[in-house]
Amino acid sequence: MTRARLGELVLRNMTLIIFIVVFVYFGVQAPRFFGVDSIANIIKQASFIGIIAVGMTFVLLTAGIDLSVGSNMYLSAMAAGYLMQNPAFQNGPGVVAALFVGLLAGTAFGAVNAFCIVVLRITPFLVTLATMVAGRGLGTAITESFGIEMPGPYLAFGASNLLGIPMPIVAFVIVVVGAHIVLSRTQFGRQIYAVGNDPVAARKAGLAVDRILFLAYVICGFCAAVGGVTLIALIGRLNQTFGVGKEFDVITAAVLGGTSLFGGVGTAWGAVMGSTLVQMVQSGMIFIGVNLYLQPMVLALVIFLAIFADALRTARLEKLRRRMLRSD
Amino acid sequence: MSGPIFSFAEVNKGFFGVPVIKELSLEIGRGRVLGLVGQNGAGKSTLMNLMGGNLTLDSGAMALDGKPYAPGSARDAETAGIAFIHQELNLFSNLSIAENIFLSAMPRGAGGFIDSRRLRQRTAELLREVDLELPPDMLVERLSPGERQLVEVTKALHLDARLVIFDEPTTSLTPRETTRLFALINRLREAGKSVVYISHILADVEKLADDIAVLRDGRLVASGPVASFPAATMINAMLGRDIDQLYPPYASTAQGETLLETKALSLRGVVRDISFSLKRGEVLGLFGLMGAGRTELARILFGLDHFHSGGLISGGQSVSRQSPRAAIASRMAFITENRREEGLMMNVPIADNIALAALPRHARGGFIDQRAMVASATDLAAALQIKASAIDRQPARSLSGGNQQKVVIAKWLMAGPAIFILDEPTRGIDVAAKYEIYSIIQRLASEGCGILLISSEIEEAMAMCDRILVMRQGEISGAFERAAFGKEPILRAAFGEEGRAA
Repeated sequence: MTRARLGELVLRNMTLIIFIVVFVYFGVQAPRFFGVDSIANIIKQASFIGIIAVGMTFVLLTAGIDLSVGSNMYLSAMAAGYLMQNPAFQNGPGVVAALFVGLLAGTAFGAVNAFCIVVLRITPFLVTLATMVAGRGLGTAITESFGIEMPGPYLAFGASNLLGIPMPIVAFVIVVVGAHIVLSRTQFGRQIYAVGNDPVAARKAGLAVDRILFLAYVICGFCAAVGGVTLIALIGRLNQTFGVGKEFDVITAAVLGGTSLFGGVGTAWGAVMGSTLVQMVQSGMIFIGVNLYLQPMVLALVIFLAIFADALRTARLEKLRRRMLRSD
Repeated sequence: MSGPIFSFAEVNKGFFGVPVIKELSLEIGRGRVLGLVGQNGAGKSTLMNLMGGNLTLDSGAMALDGKPYAPGSARDAETAGIAFIHQELNLFSNLSIAENIFLSAMPRGAGGFIDSRRLRQRTAELLREVDLELPPDMLVERLSPGERQLVEVTKALHLDARLVIFDEPTTSLTPRETTRLFALINRLREAGKSVVYISHILADVEKLADDIAVLRDGRLVASGPVASFPAATMINAMLGRDIDQLYPPYASTAQGETLLETKALSLRGVVRDISFSLKRGEVLGLFGLMGAGRTELARILFGLDHFHSGGLISGGQSVSRQSPRAAIASRMAFITENRREEGLMMNVPIADNIALAALPRHARGGFIDQRAMVASATDLAAALQIKASAIDRQPARSLSGGNQQKVVIAKWLMAGPAIFILDEPTRGIDVAAKYEIYSIIQRLASEGCGILLISSEIEEAMAMCDRILVMRQGEISGAFERAAFGKEPILRAAFGEEGRAA
């Protein structure tokens, strides 16, 4: 293998390399870190961000962005929570119905973003910045910033296991596997990659670019809702600050997983890896007792390394695209 | 069936009131290869874009298989069986060969999921047909330009195109890839398909085509079977324009001092072994076909791309790593061919555009002295005869192409440059404005500037320059002193016509 090829291989898999190095490092420092409980706990903690990062991946693949996922989490959890204040919804079927409504609310939120971006042709960054504020504003107006207590059956659902696997991880696995199949095995999925790679060429090739973009934002909204209703089932009480700032954790996770902000590059697995890496660094630092005040700096360093690798990779691709006039 | 597969009847097409295709009638024979030749800007691409559904015609008619044909989009043309293989390929580098070919018609199995086995299989069959031994799963970003070209052709085959248009397909191909493409085109013809082949490489056109059509200034000036069109006849038909008062009278102002010099400058895959010098007061022409590497060379000289070997001497100093900042500091100006994208802020007043490069000179205590800036911009605008009513309020977009070009020149003039690189400065502007630009070029030279004039119009280069360098495939293929100027030798150097009398 030539040096250039090796360099490219390293760049392509930078996050995986960092992931393994971090994992082994913490494990060597604190052997308990390798335990099943510890690993399951990390994945569980990472699942909420991970689920939403999967949705964000769809949007990032089109070279778009969704800053409103934190507000979306809040609104979908609120929709479900409000319904469950009614005793009729405090049993098994009622909880399922409320969950469904919560997911519907988040999906509708995504559709609003999609409408503004595709039909009104407003930049995704600005649209979702506006709906981020508007979404939380709407929630504040409805709740008058009072908290909402989730009913017992719902909390029991959140704490339940399926074949010994905690519910948030089950949800995570379903979302990831579903997204992976859509992205890699359906025509729609492959067309998302095409649109992100070159929107002009995609239009020329006769793809329904608008429909593809619309669906990407709807899917992202749906995933934000899944993350919201799953997380609130663990917390139990919906406060006005629920989900604040989560959009940054989500985008960080997706980008760490190798998804490019410039579109066309990324996978559902990347979102898993990115969200788990962040959580692993955070948990691992507690395990080995890193000074509490230094922890954010260490996390920042890890994120920086991974993102720098992405920048290098992009620059390299750019070079490959330069038109060659001669074959020397 | 007999009769032509495609015909144009008295077609007209213009852009912003400038006619590009004029009263053109042309037939494309069934199962034949038509070679379409003409100088840059003769209207070849426009004509093909009309066929390919990317443009709509102003008047006249097109017919496919004897039936009226009026595509509203590239999609319509595709459905009608016309495939257009652009010079800029339309492939997605992050997808595989198979996915690119079947992007909107993937073979699907149970549940609507992609049947990747069948996708691979069908792609492999298609690739075998074009003799391209590549795995269907390979990502397009790993392919060479030539391989990408063939993938694009494969896509056309899969869509069952009856008429395939190739626009300058060989500019980025190696000789081996070119041979392969030609074999493929011959096979297309044997299969009864029709082909339009646009190229500047006349030897290729002669070898491939059954019929030849020559365009000049948007008109069909000659056509017929290839036997009656040796390369010499093609060149004569392509030129044939009489030059009257299009250019100001020539006067040499070249002096002895060298302003810019390169020694065996190379950038892998782009340019090779470029050596020349530009003297004070000299107009040096850089002639060649599109894709010959002229713009790329200019970018290297200005520091937008970096050369990997050779030397660059600017203003008497050897430059090992050029940058635009350093270039401007050494009093170099670069006027790009895309003045809309690179040269001008279209929504900003003319005066601000002119003053941009020299803002520091109008700053007092860190703030811009608006009045002084407008005053000096006004002087320049007057000197260059920019036709505007209020240069401090009127946005650049409101000007005509020629006047926009003058604004770009004025902008650089304000910084007082000694070396001007002008990339196609008269493209897309009318004859009168061209004359004014030529006069400005002459005046700059007479004031001691060195000018590197990149041009695709041979008459322009011959009328304006003291010397002409010809580029072909990233190398200098000819250098002509004014005394040795002649269309035929210069074109021959540009086209790479070896030993053929024109």
